[in-house]
Amino acid sequence: MRREDDFAERRKHIANLTDEELYDRFWELVDQVVDPLLELGRKNTTPSVERAVLLRMGVSSLDTQKVVEGCMDRGLMGHGAGHVVYKVMKAHDLSAKEAAEKLVAGEYWDEVVASFK
Amino acid sequence: MSDFKLEPNEKLNIREILKDLDKYEPRRRGWHWREPDPGCKLGPFEYHDCSKPLKNSVGLPPAKYFEDADPQPMPVITTEIASGRFEDDIRRMRMGAWHGADHLMVIRHMGQSHIDGLMEGTPQGIGGVPITRKQVRAQRKACDIIEDEVGRPINYHSYVSGVAGPDVAVMFAEEGVNGAHQDPQYNVLYRDINAIRSFVDACESKKIMAWAQMLQIDGAHNANATARDAWKVMPELIVQHSINSRFSEKVGISPDLISLSTVPPTAVPGPLMYYDLPYAVALRDICGRYKMRCQQNTKYICSSAREATVTHVLDMFISKLTSVDIQSTITPDEGRNVPWHIYNIEACDNAKQTLIGMDGLMEMVELKKDGPLRDNAREIKERALLFMEEMVEVGGYFKAVEEGFFVDSGKYPERNGDGIARKLDGGVGYGFIFEREDDYMAPVTAHFGYNNVEQYGGDPEDPAALIGGCTFEDRSKIVYIDELDEEDNVNVRLDKVAKYHNGEAIIPEVEWCGDGIILLTMCIPTHARAAEAVALEIGHKLGLDEPVVISKEVLHPAEGTRIEMKGKVPFDIDPSTLEIPAPPHHQSDAVLYKEFEEHPMVVVCGTVGNDEHSVGLREIINIKHGGIEKWGVKVNYLGTSVPVEKLVDAAVELNANAILASTIISHDNVHYKNMKRINELAIEKGIRDKVIIAAGGTQVIPEEARETGIDEGFGRDSHGIDVATFLCEEAMRRRGEEPPEVQEVI
Repeated sequence: MRREDDFAERRKHIANLTDEELYDRFWELVDQVVDPLLELGRKNTTPSVERAVLLRMGVSSLDTQKVVEGCMDRGLMGHGAGHVVYKVMKAHDLSAKEAAEKLVAGEYWDEVVASFK
Repeated sequence: MSDFKLEPNEKLNIREILKDLDKYEPRRRGWHWREPDPGCKLGPFEYHDCSKPLKNSVGLPPAKYFEDADPQPMPVITTEIASGRFEDDIRRMRMGAWHGADHLMVIRHMGQSHIDGLMEGTPQGIGGVPITRKQVRAQRKACDIIEDEVGRPINYHSYVSGVAGPDVAVMFAEEGVNGAHQDPQYNVLYRDINAIRSFVDACESKKIMAWAQMLQIDGAHNANATARDAWKVMPELIVQHSINSRFSEKVGISPDLISLSTVPPTAVPGPLMYYDLPYAVALRDICGRYKMRCQQNTKYICSSAREATVTHVLDMFISKLTSVDIQSTITPDEGRNVPWHIYNIEACDNAKQTLIGMDGLMEMVELKKDGPLRDNAREIKERALLFMEEMVEVGGYFKAVEEGFFVDSGKYPERNGDGIARKLDGGVGYGFIFEREDDYMAPVTAHFGYNNVEQYGGDPEDPAALIGGCTFEDRSKIVYIDELDEEDNVNVRLDKVAKYHNGEAIIPEVEWCGDGIILLTMCIPTHARAAEAVALEIGHKLGLDEPVVISKEVLHPAEGTRIEMKGKVPFDIDPSTLEIPAPPHHQSDAVLYKEFEEHPMVVVCGTVGNDEHSVGLREIINIKHGGIEKWGVKVNYLGTSVPVEKLVDAAVELNANAILASTIISHDNVHYKNMKRINELAIEKGIRDKVIIAAGGTQVIPEEARETGIDEGFGRDSHGIDVATFLCEEAMRRRGEEPPEVQEVI
């Protein structure tokens, strides 16, 4: 979009604001812009968020993406890739690292998928 | 923890850093601000806004006139080091720390932001360093020992961005990284990463950074570096800074760890202050509760290191007039190449010199409360407010991005239609956003958003307890990967340059060990195009490999061109073949003043024989030339062509402590014969035990002078300080005292 500088016209409604009022108004608007972005973060997850969960659980960086891909292929991302690994840890008494290695090797997926139904 | 310590006179051993890295644990988390030292006294001065001085450092060149005072300004000083080989960067980090840098920033390898997941090992990078756990660990370990050496904590910093931002944030938190760039707007605008993906990832990254108490720096300054008319994007810069800062604060980062990366938007020949000072004031009016990391303008940087340095100084003047918490230092060669060692150091020195030069300035001056400064600042703030209003009107941030609000070269509300527009349903990572189900769960610390751990009896305050703690509580769960590539790794690279690391050979270096690159500066008296060709021919004739002209400046369209040319030397130097003279050393002013005050030193001196030269001796004695009188030595100057007998007689008569004879004429070794004669006469007269005898002249070789029986000889390039140091130390030795140890003159 092209637009001439219409600052003189556009500023009329804020021309009489004090500096403090301008400050408050500005940050009010920033909050309005930022809040929905935070809400997106609360409600959603992504491959990188899940890889970062797996890393903290103790999964090797060489395995995180493969576990996440396994979850995406089977529609499990909404439950959390960490959740998937957690289930395998509990069911088979494994560390997170070992559980992820099993998943990367193709094991346990069927029982995990079944457990989320 | 490492028990590995550095000695100032020894090179840092990279192999030592790499040893036992798998067992290394960072010594702390979090950011370090410099500690204020108000009223600190160094050398002859008192300082007003300085921080605590360093244990080891290299002062500015004139420090030698001020008792080697090396005051440290209050802002943290950044230097960006990323040559592509982290092992060589470590040595530059050490040099930088000695010159006052305490924020060492590592630029990432080009293209890393599009890699899904962590990189591992130590491959070589392009335009930066591949950020991996091993590389980060090695550099943080190096920072630990360097900070012990200089006596001030060092902040280690890199980037949390791209499609693996949260992965990188976790690794940084585990490895004790102290600061990072994190700004989802940067991903969206400049890396074309899907906008929703960027913000969802940023929530997680920032939450992790908050846990690790890392300082966050934003990416807003890139709008300035990218927009066509950079000085017009000021309203947008304030908007971008505000969005990332507020967003970060709401995720949980403390405002005192949220830093803006702010750039004065203009460069000379623009009337820089008239634009950039009101902008700086407006930005601080709006974003004052966050920290300011002041960057220099890079949009208009060219190949002239001098020009870049002046921009840096002007921009630091704005820092000083407004506020600065972290002073960035863009290297003066940024416009030519990936920064070289020497320019990182120059930039650190530029910052230190400028900020110390303005120490206490704001106790004497203040910015006007009205007039164009405040009017212009108000206008910028209003334009920024209108920008926010329109963003809300069109439906929020994503809509604004789709409509190309950002990086438009118009001065908002003017729009030129050349902004960067990104589609919500496009970009890297599009389609990889998943809504969390009711049973979504992540049993880890510092996870952002909905997390149903209660379904397994977990505690929402401590989700990681479900697995007995995550890597943030239990480091033993971290999986350390050494190398993935047998060829492309640090060990192979080090083997190739082993002879330089173990000291068998020495070769010049600009960024990588063994690169052999040197820089030549010259004036070629012809027009620019011809001058470049002439310079290259000179390079070839000198035997340089790959000569390249890296800077041309017109001195006159026809009369001359200033050329800077780099090239590789095709040989190295075996240090065992060199004859390196013994180092001279100097006592400090304080020691010399004290010595000659407590033990008065009376000297008789003159130019001996038939010799009318007087300049040399006058330079040695005269206070105006930094001669020995300066430190309180009492000098009796007998003139030129003084017979040696007269010199010794005067010493007896005046009860002198020392005789200084100057002798320039040297045919038939008359200068040494005169020295021998003075020594014999002093013995005959019974004063030899009491009087120190020294002689100097352009042809005097100290060893041969001493062979004549006198105490010391001084050759070409000797100064008053050399003679004063000798007189002081000789007098002490004769009293049976040990002269204080001093550093060698470098």
